[in-house]
Amino acid sequence: MRHVIIGTGPAGVTAAETLKKLDPESVVTMIGDEPEPPYSRMAIPYLLIDQIVESGTYLRKNSEHYKELGISRVEGLVDSINQEKSEVNLNGGATVGYDRLLIASGSTPVTPPIDGVKHPLVSSCWTLEDARRISEVAKPNTDVVLMGAGFIGCIILEALAKSGANLTVIEMEDRMVPRMMNDTAGNLIKDWCESRGVSVNTSTRVESITEAGRGLSVSLSNGKNIPADLVVSATGVKPNIGFLDSTDIKTDLGILVNRQMQTTDPHIFAAGDVAQGKDFSSEEFSVQAIQPTAVEHGQLAAKNMFGLKNAVHQGSVNMNVLDTLGLISSSFGLWMGVENGESCELLNKERFRYINLQFCEDVLIGATSLGLTEHVGVLRGLIQTKTKLGVWKDRLIEDPTKIMEAYLGSTHAIGHNANIMK
Amino acid sequence: MAWQKRILRVNLNDQSCTEEPLNMEWAQKFLGQRGLATKYLSEEIDPKVDALSPGNKLIMATGPLTGTMASTGGRYSVITKSPLTGAIACSNSGGFIGAELKQAGWDMIIFEGKSDKPVYLYLEDDVASLCDAAELWGKSVWATDEMLHAKYQDPLIRIACVGRSAEEGCLYASIVNDRHRAAGRSGVGTVMASKNLKAVVVRGTKGVGNVRDPKAFFKATSEGKKTLSDNAVTGEGLPAMGTQVLMNVINEVGAMPTRNMREVQFEGAAKISAEAMAEPRESDGKPNLVTNAACFGCTIACGRISTIDPQHYSIENKPEYIGASGGLEYESAWALGSNVGVDDLDALTYANFLCNEDGMDPISFGATVSAAMELFGMGAITLEDTGGVDMSFGSAEALTISAELVAKGEGFGRELAMGSKKLCEKYGHPEISMTVKGQEFPAYDPRSIQGMGLGYATSNRGACHLRGYTVSSEIMGVPVKTDPLVTEGKPELVKSFQDATAAVDSTGLCTFTTFAWTLEDIAPQVDAACEGGWTAESMLEAGERIWNLERQFNLDAGLTSKDDTLPARLLKDAAKTGPAKGSVNRLDEMLPQYYSLRGWSAEGVPNSETMKRLGL
Amino acid sequence: MLKSLQLEPEKCTGCLQCEMACSYENEGVFNPAKSRIKVFNFHDEGRFAPYTCTQCTEAWCLHACPVEAIVINESTGAKEVIEDVCVGCKVCTIACPFGTVNYNTDSGKVMKCDLCGGAPACADACPTAAITYVDSSYTGLDRMKSHAAQTIPKT
Repeated sequence: MRHVIIGTGPAGVTAAETLKKLDPESVVTMIGDEPEPPYSRMAIPYLLIDQIVESGTYLRKNSEHYKELGISRVEGLVDSINQEKSEVNLNGGATVGYDRLLIASGSTPVTPPIDGVKHPLVSSCWTLEDARRISEVAKPNTDVVLMGAGFIGCIILEALAKSGANLTVIEMEDRMVPRMMNDTAGNLIKDWCESRGVSVNTSTRVESITEAGRGLSVSLSNGKNIPADLVVSATGVKPNIGFLDSTDIKTDLGILVNRQMQTTDPHIFAAGDVAQGKDFSSEEFSVQAIQPTAVEHGQLAAKNMFGLKNAVHQGSVNMNVLDTLGLISSSFGLWMGVENGESCELLNKERFRYINLQFCEDVLIGATSLGLTEHVGVLRGLIQTKTKLGVWKDRLIEDPTKIMEAYLGSTHAIGHNANIMK
Repeated sequence: MAWQKRILRVNLNDQSCTEEPLNMEWAQKFLGQRGLATKYLSEEIDPKVDALSPGNKLIMATGPLTGTMASTGGRYSVITKSPLTGAIACSNSGGFIGAELKQAGWDMIIFEGKSDKPVYLYLEDDVASLCDAAELWGKSVWATDEMLHAKYQDPLIRIACVGRSAEEGCLYASIVNDRHRAAGRSGVGTVMASKNLKAVVVRGTKGVGNVRDPKAFFKATSEGKKTLSDNAVTGEGLPAMGTQVLMNVINEVGAMPTRNMREVQFEGAAKISAEAMAEPRESDGKPNLVTNAACFGCTIACGRISTIDPQHYSIENKPEYIGASGGLEYESAWALGSNVGVDDLDALTYANFLCNEDGMDPISFGATVSAAMELFGMGAITLEDTGGVDMSFGSAEALTISAELVAKGEGFGRELAMGSKKLCEKYGHPEISMTVKGQEFPAYDPRSIQGMGLGYATSNRGACHLRGYTVSSEIMGVPVKTDPLVTEGKPELVKSFQDATAAVDSTGLCTFTTFAWTLEDIAPQVDAACEGGWTAESMLEAGERIWNLERQFNLDAGLTSKDDTLPARLLKDAAKTGPAKGSVNRLDEMLPQYYSLRGWSAEGVPNSETMKRLGL
Repeated sequence: MLKSLQLEPEKCTGCLQCEMACSYENEGVFNPAKSRIKVFNFHDEGRFAPYTCTQCTEAWCLHACPVEAIVINESTGAKEVIEDVCVGCKVCTIACPFGTVNYNTDSGKVMKCDLCGGAPACADACPTAAITYVDSSYTGLDRMKSHAAQTIPKT
């Protein structure tokens, strides 16, 4: 069996490894368009601040890892897929034949429709190549403008701030991380950033970028013009599905897949940022574009490519964790709540502490937290196990910090000290 | 070494928090906690100062072993001048806040002056700040604890605070930490409230490191833990029954002060004993005792967690008292039980909850209620005085209503809040106040345990069992059995217990370990943690030094040898029943020899040679 | 034979010796704030529950790590954080459905139970045998494990 995987991110690599484990005799080929060994975009911010070297971003640390597992890698950009011949056509004319194909081609930053956005001093922060370019310019006393304070924008925000550059953040929406945090949390993150010397402009658009002197001038919808030695664009990403145009594989925002991660072509699967997989909470199919989901997709797709029965996707919980200049935030599932649901929250503005829980009946369905680093994963556990909280729901409403107690109390038998109660 | 070498000084006058180095020269002489804080207090305040004036200071101090893995290493003490006695006050508490303070990087906090408005201290590692406590003032300990936890959204902050009784001037108000652990005696909470200081909130994430010799420390502490678990008292009795293991024992030897110490045995003892706490009740088939619970680092776990019978009259329509909380210890069961003649276990538990909820010392509270009951029986206090409450001995309602009134500082509770001495003076019968130096007795009748009489009379904080618990030797035979009814040898026994206890109270360890440990077990743990070459001998000497320092403070405060005495009832009215029937406490046979052993003059003043020998 | 930590909350008195032992073993100080095992206090019910990583077979943390900083120790079965490799992205802390991987703000890395390489200090320190290190086949583990197993639908 020939398994071909387009993409060398977490979904692709996990799928390749899983396939080799399930079927050591199979031929597994990964196609990637970047020269470096498979690496993690999650690690790029840490590279920017020199906490790690480039090899620290690699998904697998052993340089012979893929060779030892018998996974071959082909460098090239996919041009199209020939479903009839079961071949992947690469730019430059080479072809790679498959029995089963996994599309894990990830996503690419969108380029906002702004005059001057194509200027060489405007960069996304998505690839190692981008990171190298940004590190060159972002130095103490330079002016850097970050367009977009979504999840990705916030991830690189810290690195940009730490570079010593004067950082200005521009966000269209009325708060930071609008797709991950509610008003309270998004604005608290903004307050935090501003108290640490980063200028944050929400409800503001970049109108145009023009060359000015040695750098750029960024004009904003609030009428201001600010100088920039570098503009970093992080206004969102879109799935890499351009090469599917000539196929009959159905796409929406991403590639449509069923619960086996199978596309409308039964020999072709999709996983990761490119796939519109099942969302655990909404039960709808959507693009999540997060690391844990990519890994789940990759494992599941591989099992189905191999032909395992019952490897059915139950849905991935959408979740994110951010460290914005030391303020740690996270959100899970339906953090915005549902109609007829119940919620509770606890806020301490001075300490930048916030926790918001969303319930449907006595089940936790979503959560947001700020400043919480202890046991935060249990929020995922409670959501994904649909644990019936019983009396613990009211206790959580009274004190939302008791998440571990709620989990232990509603899932574990905890007796009294039997030792003394003979 | 195990000291953090840092003191936090909080000036409530100008609301400043400053850091200063711990005086390590003093630490070598006074160890920590009780001893070292007494040294600071002696150096920094005039012993004659009004205890409730801004001139008094209040010190929260840990010991070098606080916050380490040494068993029971979670203690802290509050040292100040007592408003109840006018003498030195040193109240020791377990729970978790002592260790938290240490882990935040501090050995002690010195509070001085008085805030012009209610404040609380928030201490998170190196960062200390005084915060507005307007919302907390007028709230109980439990409400304060809940509000602060909600505010900080941190289940791991530890809180010590005063309740409404302290705000209302109750002279035996305690400082409650972790909801039901308390620096209980001598009115340390009253001093805290007098400074407009409502609470101390601590979060420590720095830890305690740098024990002098980690390998030796683990060896010594592990051996110590084994000794505790192998010992019948610390390994079986205390975990299973708590200090309540004593109720039936002490009653049988006829040393159970009953109905304001008029009797020495209580007919209802069995109904309020540890055994009774474990017995399923009729209403819901559950026992009073839910579980045992440990303080920080304690491998004994004598603490009780209890519930009140949900159908008990005291909590009718009060669902907030239905959950589990700190249960009866022997002292509280005695003070709220036999000493007021009440054998209703649930009424006792409820009154004990209230003592925790609003920060009253249950010993002084119970003893004051018992004095009021005696006054009531004599007709010296009338229904008019009590607001219609029948204060007869044996009335559970009188007990629970009194607790509610003192907690809130209302009605007759304001009289009860003065303590037994002032109450009896006010109603014209000072002779029935069962106090020494103004502090109420604990649960061991000195007519039946002679050494305890000498211990009470000479205790530096007034009547107290924890300054030298000779019950160990006289009743339990630890470390050697002595006859409780003889006075011979008791001055030596009392002195050595007092000195050893002063040393243990200065380490960060719990005095209950001494049922199993001697200084020979403790010194290696201290020595492995701290520089200074600590041995059992040097610790005992430090203990003696601390004892004399406290004594000197009291003398400077105006106390004299006339205060080293017991109420006439205990010296003249013989025990009526039990093994000690016919016996009074023969203090006069012991006191002169005790002074002489201590190297004090006949007037109870330390000789200059004594002070020189001890380096004072 | 692999061994596992067996936690019996009904024996726990809440003394935190385990937390001190853990923090000393891993951080060189007595510091419950840095312990990998935590004792939860159900105050109103008078119950205590020690809890830490069950070294679950699903290894959510390991799979979620983008830089292969969590690996399996073949001799103990523990999922261990390699500090030098961990970049501190915290994805594992939200991925672990048991809430037993925590971010250490001081080190900028995550921390979790690693069974102390096969001699867990917490079990050694527990005075009431509420924490023991037993053969993984021991039946008493079933109750604990059954929850871990049923929790999350396999992907």
